[in-house]
This record gives sequence, C-alpha cells and structure tokens, in this order.
Amino acid sequence: MTVEANELSFDYSKYGFRQEENYVFKSGKGLSESVVRELSMMKGEPEWMLKRRLQALAIFYSKPTPIDGAWGNPDLLDLNYDDIHYFVRAGDKPATDWDAVPEEIKNTFERLGIPEAERKFLAGVGAQYESEVVYHSLREEWSKLGVIFLDTDTALKEQPEMFKQYFGTIIPSADNKYAALNTAVWSGGSFVYVPKGVHVDIPLQAYFRINAENMGQFERTLIIIDEGASAHYIEGCTAPQYSTNSLHSAVVEIVVKKGGKFRYTTIQNWANNIFNLVTKRAVAFEDASMEWVDGNIGSRLTMKYPSVYLMGRGARGEVLSVAYAGKGQHQDAGAKMVHNAPDTTSVITNKSVSKGGGKTTYRGLVKVHPGATGAKINVNCDALILDNQSKSDTIPYIEVEEAKVTLAHEATVGRIGEEQLFYLMSRGISQAEAMSMIVLGFMEPFTRELPMEYAVELNRLIQLEMEGSVG
Amino acid sequence: MELVIKDLHANIGDKEILKGVNLTVTPGTIHAIMGPNGSGKSTLSNTIMGHPAYTVTSGEVWYKGQNVLELPVDERAKLGLFLAFQYPVSIPGVTVANFLRAAVNAHRSVAGKDTRETAIPMAQYRKDIREKMATLGVDDSFARRYLNDGFSGGEKKRIEILQMSMLKPSMAIMDETDSGLDIDALKVVSQGVNTLLTQNPEMGVLVITHYQRLLNYIKPNRVSVMMEGRIVREGGPELALELEERGYDFIREEVFGNAN
Repeated sequence: MTVEANELSFDYSKYGFRQEENYVFKSGKGLSESVVRELSMMKGEPEWMLKRRLQALAIFYSKPTPIDGAWGNPDLLDLNYDDIHYFVRAGDKPATDWDAVPEEIKNTFERLGIPEAERKFLAGVGAQYESEVVYHSLREEWSKLGVIFLDTDTALKEQPEMFKQYFGTIIPSADNKYAALNTAVWSGGSFVYVPKGVHVDIPLQAYFRINAENMGQFERTLIIIDEGASAHYIEGCTAPQYSTNSLHSAVVEIVVKKGGKFRYTTIQNWANNIFNLVTKRAVAFEDASMEWVDGNIGSRLTMKYPSVYLMGRGARGEVLSVAYAGKGQHQDAGAKMVHNAPDTTSVITNKSVSKGGGKTTYRGLVKVHPGATGAKINVNCDALILDNQSKSDTIPYIEVEEAKVTLAHEATVGRIGEEQLFYLMSRGISQAEAMSMIVLGFMEPFTRELPMEYAVELNRLIQLEMEGSVG
Repeated sequence: MELVIKDLHANIGDKEILKGVNLTVTPGTIHAIMGPNGSGKSTLSNTIMGHPAYTVTSGEVWYKGQNVLELPVDERAKLGLFLAFQYPVSIPGVTVANFLRAAVNAHRSVAGKDTRETAIPMAQYRKDIREKMATLGVDDSFARRYLNDGFSGGEKKRIEILQMSMLKPSMAIMDETDSGLDIDALKVVSQGVNTLLTQNPEMGVLVITHYQRLLNYIKPNRVSVMMEGRIVREGGPELALELEERGYDFIREEVFGNAN
C-alpha cells in the first residue's frame, strides 16, 4: 500500500506498516555480557564506556523487576527479557545528508512524512532508525554559535570530555533497573549542547522509530543547556503493530545551568505490545527553567515520570502531560519534583483519558527538602473515563520537610457529561464526533503547547483512537 | 412544515412532567408557550430535542413526515430543529469557531458523500461568522474562546442566537431565552431573532417564556398556556397581554377550579 506523505487525509496504515528487515547487524535475542562487549566493540568505544556498560549490566541483574512497592507495577510480570534483541544497527555509519540514507530506510521516513516536515519546519534533524542515528543535520548558523546536536554515539567520539563529565551523573546506573539496562546496552539518542547565552529559536527535532520485532530500543539522550541559554527539543515517536512484547527503555539526562531555559517535548505513540519504561530527569540550577511536555499514546505499559531537581534559588520546573489508554493499555505516568533550594517553583499538570478497558495512573512525587523555603508547588490531575470498563488511579506522594511552602493539589476524575453530548448533538454533530471533540477539548491545555504540526497529528491520532469507542 | 405534538407524555425518573401535550406550530409563525414555573415548558422543549434525562412514555412529535422521537438527537437537528438552551453548556477546550464549523458542516453533510466535498469553504465560513457576530454585537475574540466557558448569561444567549443564525433551522425552539438577560441584551437577542425571521420567513419559532416581556420584542402570532404538563388554553397575541395583566391564577381557576 502506498501512502503519500503529503496526503491530507490521515491513514493509520502510515503508522502500522513494517519494512522488510535488512540490517547490517542484529544481535541474537537475549542479554549477556558478550552481547554488551560485542556492542561496545562494534561501536569502537573507549574502555571507560565498556566498563560502565558492564557495571550497569551487573546492576540490572542484581535489581529485581519492580512489580510492587511505591513505584512498582505488576504488569511488568509480562515482560520477558530473554525475548528481546538488544542491538540492531541499520546502515554502516550515521549519514550527514539525506542522499546517503539507504533507500529502504528512506521509505520509512517518507511514509512518516519526515522530509516534508524538514523542508517546512525542521532546523536540525536527528532521525533514529532502529538503534542508531542514521541521519543528522544541523543548520549552519547554529554550528557557528557552538550549538552541538549529534547522535549520542557520535558525541561520545567527538565530544569525549563533555560526554564523560555529564554521562550518568543525572541518572546513575543504580537509579533503577531500567536505567541500568539502558546504560548497559544504550545505542543512539541525541546529544545537545547549547553554549552560554545562546538562544536556539527553532525546535531541535528527533524522530524515533522501532521496526524489528522484539527489538529493544535503548536510546540515550544527554542535553546540556549552559548559563543563560535556551532551547526546545522535540521528540516524536511512532511504532508499527506487533504481536509479541517489545521493549523501549530510554534514559534522558538534562542539565539546565544558571538562568537557562529548556523545554523537552515528547509525543509517543507506541504499538500496543510495547513496554515503554523511560527514565527522564533534569537538574535546574539558579533561576533556570525546565519544562517537560509529555504525551503518551499506545504501548502495553508506559511507566514514565519526568523529573526536575530544583537545585538553585529561583529554579522552576514544569511537567505538562497527557496520557491516553485504550484497550489492554496502562498508562502509568506522572512527574517528580524535588525542591532543594529556596524560592523554587514547580507545576505539574496531568490529563489522562481511558477507554475500552484501558487504565491510566497518575503517579507523582513532590518532595521539598529542609531549607527550600518559599517553595511553590501546584499539582493538577484530571482524568476522563469514557466507559465503565476503563479505570483511572491517582497516586500522589507528597513529602514536605519545610514549613514555609505553598502547595496546591487538585485531582478530578470525570466522565463525559450527557449534558455536553446532548448540547453538541443538538447542533447536528454526531455522537462519535461530539465525544472526540470533548476529549480533544479536555486535552487542549496540552495540545496548545505543541508546534502546529504535532498538535494536528496528535488530534488525528486521538480521533482515530476514539473511533469505535461509541456504540 | 408543521411541527405536530400529539398527546406527549414524558417523565424525569418516575415523575410524570408532561401529561398529554397537544400542540401544532405552523411554519412562518411565532408561537409562544407561556406558563408558571414548573408547568413543564422546559421539559417540553428538551423532550422535543431528545434530552437523555427525559423519558417519553407515550405520544408523538411529527416533523417533516417523521416522528422525531424515533431519531437520534443529531438527526433531529439536521431535520431543521433547533433548541436555544435556557442554560447553554460549556465545553472547555473547544473554541466557538471550531464548534460552529463542525455544526455547520454536520448540517451540510450528505449521506454517501465525502465530507470534504460538502464542508463549507474556510473563507466563506469566516466571512459568515464574522458578519453574524457583528450583527449580534459579539466581539471577534469570542470565536477563539472556549464554548460558553466563563461566559456571562447574556453572552451565552447571544452565542445561542449566533448558532441559530449560522445553522438556519426551519423550526426553532427558544427556551426561556429571556432569563438572565438585561434589557439591552434582550433587545440585541430579539433583534437577532427578528433579522433571522426576515431572512427566513418560513421559519417556525416556538418561544418558551415565563414573562410577557420577551414578547414585546419577538411578537407572537399564537400564544399557548401550559399548566401542570398540559396546554390549557390557546389564543392570539392578546392572550399574552391578558396574562400580563391578570397573572396565571385566573386561568388556573377556570381550568382546575378552586380546589387547590
């Protein structure tokens, strides 16, 4: 089936096709020390990275799967670590221009509409196909300003000092089982450095995609925003449908230095057999601002709690997220805000929609350490449940060890009101369209923060998800 | 086409509110229904449109050859029925402009035809909505605001009339449109309705109101009085004036006697 990238109508097959597999290298299923050694050797990595990987592997083995406790989830019992490919590489080397990208991979991107997006909007592209970045471009003027936007593997080679200085400092291997797993087998991801005082006005964008069945994707992203600098990074994910479990486990580490501003936007739409277990954490120093804008659709289970550690006076953190759980899906997402300095501010806004037996969980932590006087915290969680089979949970952890703080927490759980439906339908709008209008309206505080093309795409995805939810 | 209501009975829960309503609204007429609070006026308008909180236990409502009680709500609207709500509902996150475009396009849609073919061209839609907003004294910024979200009572009623003038129904029901309106807003809203009537002289309007006041601005051809779930009297415009002078009690006495 052929799908034109510029076709106006939305065709879900655009997201559900799969390319023939034609990989240069594909490790066997399962994880072992030899897989890690082979991976590191093939990448030609320095000794310290191999050591780090092997240490992390040991930590991964030693930690139990978190099926219970404050941050555990019993759905993880269905995840079989031995049934996953831990490293696949398509193409020999990262390409620097579109012409050098293999035809088959191009087709995939073509169908995802990336070249078009690039022409129109992209300033820099990091496109990840399988485990490795194959295409990367960055506008010249940024290079002149000293902005670095590389795939993480290349960054390890080209920026060894900065890489070693920050890698694993925000999220150590021992942080959790999946951070350890990622550290052991990471491949690809983005590396961004924005120098002091430099403002990158047009978003940096990366496209990620999983293709091979049972293949894990373990991208590793490291972003450093220097003093007084600002940037916006966007990551959009789609995945084809498969019948057996697959694993996506990324680690994203971000440092925003004094007076810096950074926003990280993610839209993820995983196939409904994928376990999406992601650790995302930022540290924000004095007067710095860090915003996570995080949209989760699809997957079998998503566990993701973007965090901001507010380390300097006046630092500000925000997490704005939406989750949509359909049949057989569990979106277990939230945020963590850790106040370590005075006059710090955090805002958490979480919106979730469940239908067709799906489940959404808001799980979040707000922690205020002693001395973080004048901290202001605002938490808002709204859940919309579309039918009687679907569920929503709210698990907020609030640990405040300082008296002088302002904390507001609001949570609502609702169903689509029959008054709203009646009102829209009385204007000739069908029940299905009325429901999707109400849901999109509910998500609008999130959608309006997205660049136009992402907002349009997200709305279409939700509309598609909504189809068949009536009747 | 006439709207014909035959022996309509409707409940909220187990309580019967409409106890056999018979009423005919002819095209090109303004038909007022007056009655004291709790007489079932709003139940009647909501039942005609298909509000899910009301259960029809018997009776029929015929319009354009169909018993509309058998149609889903959106089909009733597409048949040409329109209800201007007493309490318009807010839909956060959905702008007035996007909502109205969806409504206009729903009305234009034709079974078996691609909606992209039948949809109103964007430029024409923008022109239409701007003109109509100007006529109703609605600021342009309302197009981008969320539907009825944080609107004052008067603003909500103007937006109802805006919707009515965009959708051009052939039979409009106005449920207590005057409630919560000051005199200036009442004039603007009435003017909007009258303009629409001039443009569509075949439109029938069922005006539901508690007070005579609205009828000074939207002049009825027929007046029906509703009490205890039934139409108990019908007459010309003079009946409204008589009610204004004498109140509802004289009719109550004539119909139900002095017993209560």
